[in-house]
Amino acid sequence: MKTVSPFRELDPAAQRVTIRWQGRDLVVPAGNLAAALLVAGIMPFRHTPVSAAPRGPFCMMGACFDCLVEIDGVNRQACMIEAAEGMAVAMPRVENRE
Amino acid sequence: MTAADLVIIGAGPAGMAAARTAADAGLSVLLLDEQPRPGGQIYRDVERVAPVRGALLGEDYTAGLPLARGLDGDRITRVPGATVWSIENGTRVAWTAEGRVRQAAGRRLLLATGALERPMPLPGWTLHGVMTAGAGQILLKQSGIVSGNAVLVGAGPLLYLVAAQMARAGSPPRALVETQTPRDLSAAFRHGSGALRGWRLMLKGIGLLAELRRAGVPRHRAARSIAIEGTGRAEAVCFQSGGRRHRVTCDTVYLHHGVVPNTQASRAIGVEHRWNAGQHAFEPVTDADGRTSLRTVFAAGDGAGIGGAKAAELAGRVAALAIARDLGAIDDTALAAATRPLRHALARERAPRAFIDAAYPPFAEALLPADDTIICRCEEVTAGAIRGFARLGCLGPNQAKAFGRVGMGPCQGRSCGLTVSAILARENGRTPEETGYFRIRPPLKPVTLGELAALTAADENEIDRRR
Amino acid sequence: MQPDYAIIGGGVVGLSVAWGLLKRGFRVLVLDGGDRTYRASRGNFGLIWVQSKGLNEPAYARWTRNSAAAWAGFAAELADATGMPLGLNQAGGFDYHLDEAALERRVAQYEGLKAALGGDYPFEVLGHNALKREEPNIGPRVAGAILHHGDGHVNPLRLLRALAGDVRRLGGEVRTGVEVIDVVHGDGFTLTLADGGTVRAARVVLSAGLGAMTLGPKLGFLAPVRPQRGQVLVTEKLPKLMNRPSGIIRQVDEGGVQIGDSNEEVGFDDGVTLETAAAIAARAVAVFPALERAQLVRSWAALRIMSPDGLPIYQKSPTMPGASLVTCHSGITLAAAHARFLPDWLEDTAEAPDLEVFREDRFAVS
Repeated sequence: MKTVSPFRELDPAAQRVTIRWQGRDLVVPAGNLAAALLVAGIMPFRHTPVSAAPRGPFCMMGACFDCLVEIDGVNRQACMIEAAEGMAVAMPRVENRE
Repeated sequence: MTAADLVIIGAGPAGMAAARTAADAGLSVLLLDEQPRPGGQIYRDVERVAPVRGALLGEDYTAGLPLARGLDGDRITRVPGATVWSIENGTRVAWTAEGRVRQAAGRRLLLATGALERPMPLPGWTLHGVMTAGAGQILLKQSGIVSGNAVLVGAGPLLYLVAAQMARAGSPPRALVETQTPRDLSAAFRHGSGALRGWRLMLKGIGLLAELRRAGVPRHRAARSIAIEGTGRAEAVCFQSGGRRHRVTCDTVYLHHGVVPNTQASRAIGVEHRWNAGQHAFEPVTDADGRTSLRTVFAAGDGAGIGGAKAAELAGRVAALAIARDLGAIDDTALAAATRPLRHALARERAPRAFIDAAYPPFAEALLPADDTIICRCEEVTAGAIRGFARLGCLGPNQAKAFGRVGMGPCQGRSCGLTVSAILARENGRTPEETGYFRIRPPLKPVTLGELAALTAADENEIDRRR
Repeated sequence: MQPDYAIIGGGVVGLSVAWGLLKRGFRVLVLDGGDRTYRASRGNFGLIWVQSKGLNEPAYARWTRNSAAAWAGFAAELADATGMPLGLNQAGGFDYHLDEAALERRVAQYEGLKAALGGDYPFEVLGHNALKREEPNIGPRVAGAILHHGDGHVNPLRLLRALAGDVRRLGGEVRTGVEVIDVVHGDGFTLTLADGGTVRAARVVLSAGLGAMTLGPKLGFLAPVRPQRGQVLVTEKLPKLMNRPSGIIRQVDEGGVQIGDSNEEVGFDDGVTLETAAAIAARAVAVFPALERAQLVRSWAALRIMSPDGLPIYQKSPTMPGASLVTCHSGITLAAAHARFLPDWLEDTAEAPDLEVFREDRFAVS
């Protein structure tokens, strides 16, 4: 799936790391994970457990929890994490409660 | 358990300045901050970023460099990446860093928790692609990424600054949708001497606006009936302005109508708060030194009432000196001598606040949103549901929480708390103070059960038998 | 028009009684407190729990079972009227044990109660392997569990809201943000409110939880209740992890896993403590190891309303005829009984349940 991000890097020469998103490799800029996923065109980050609505980063400062992703079995705020080489990242698992 | 004379939560301007001042006075300081590197939101990652993008971000950003550099030294222990989630008995804190829980006890605690963007619940604000203007600026500052197809919505100096920075980065926003009206500005000029100081800030703003004009950014004033449209993701901003309906397509929307104190920690400790009518927000009650209603707990910076980065830095220093006096590190004479110039400077910094607050008031439609607008992003509760709870006799946010889960999600009401209080106050004909706010309990931020369980040495069978 | 009943206390207990009375055609006024009043109705565990109730008092075990049996109809009627499902699930509940000996001791107690109830106490004991078939996510340290088929759980907050809505729909008047500070008897009752107002009613039900401590004696009751703190944790919403609730851990219908609880004698302190939260978390992780990676999003404490023997108190005032005290720490479990059966007791009809053992003269010093 080809993804086009609305976000552009000011310094495309920035250091890269390879992470896994939903089981596939993704080469992203090192640094803030939420920013890395955004620039890689990943959207949404998750679906809400209430209505399965798609969501992505909103506040980028750890307040809103809309950028939750699952890392190592734990749902964490992507905006508070630095992308690391080999990091496996996925959408949080939610139950369909419809 | 670590021990320190002073535990500071937050390494923004107030926390960084307080840490340096307290250490210089001879106190041992433990500085806990959630970010990997110091700076807070205003000076986010300043040491790393200033050399790369300092010119683009401007002097208001690089001003944080000396503060961040000032944290080096013997008496300051910095714990980056520390998510503080429990504060007991005023000064005992627990935090998670790198997946492990740690605890510390301080003789004094300084809350330098900064500001949050004021929630701006509009139709469509939960679509992905919608963010706060602060978020857009953080992405630009820290990560050097900019959206090429964004619309900015709201009011306030930050909106202009972000737009100008985006223009400098080569991606000016598609449009500025401004909720401020000419009447707001004329009302602001009634704020006497503050208006004069405010006017200088306005000149800075005029400079930014000139930049935006040169970049060809369309500005829509006094916008009303604002909604973000899209299926799943943001696709357009619709609004009324200049006597007609507009629809500006985009894939990123940045919202902003001011910032409010982040009171999660001060609420959890249980210190007194008051309603600041000029800023439409609650803030902890503090004295001139920043001391809260709890003797051992201080608050400084935007978390104690919005005043901006310069004021935060000064208030952090004043609080640190008062704490040093408390703990006997300096005497009254030294305290008075050291704080006098700081208090003067603080008064100067704060003078234009009332003017700015009046010139850029929060957007009325977002303070009391329409019935079908989601206000609690976590539990997806609408404004209309809250009004329904009021009809069931609900007088305050805690009963609303029980009736409809509003504020029960992981964000602990950060995104909806002020809106819930505002709606209930309006519906019940009571003041925000009478209506009150969510009771905040630990964890201030989520902690895994495994991390929490690791704190106990108790044998579970023992618990089994006690039941 | 003067109400037949003034109900003091608009929590689940008061609203259940009010709802039952309204269904019988009485005019009802509910007087309720404010936003920061102590409210067990907002902090409880949502269990409809039969096992372990009345180990030393078979009449309490029977009253509890009758309520549990009445719950399905009660919930269906409320859900029908309000359009709000209550998340009721009564497919049985577990009492988990990490310690074999403790499990055996508990089983012996249940056998005794079963005999006292003439064999009518449907439980079974599951060892680790049998339990694993019912709850695949339990951890290796779980020795076994007692499965009681009469147990279940409900979404207690939706119950509260449904009652608050339906009491009004049925014509009940509910006044919130008021505090009753005095009651005078004589040609009905006159209640004085903290704001200076007064309210008149033919009869009074005192269901004010811990508020009965001060108000009870003014109505001729002993009201020997005290606060007992219980701390509870709840996780983020998770995919389905467990099938049945237990006394200390359950997954609510919205997905969060709720973990309790503690029994602490700390007066009116309803704060949470790190030490207790950690102990509660450790036990939950021992039972369901997958919870180790679950995020705790909220914790809270609420105050139970405890009588000296832990049983409810149903008492008619010896000095003020027409005034009744209704108090218990199991307001959710007993909500159906309070709605369905208490009106007969309040009205002394031929169908009135026998609640003699719950009189408060059992606490009188002889």
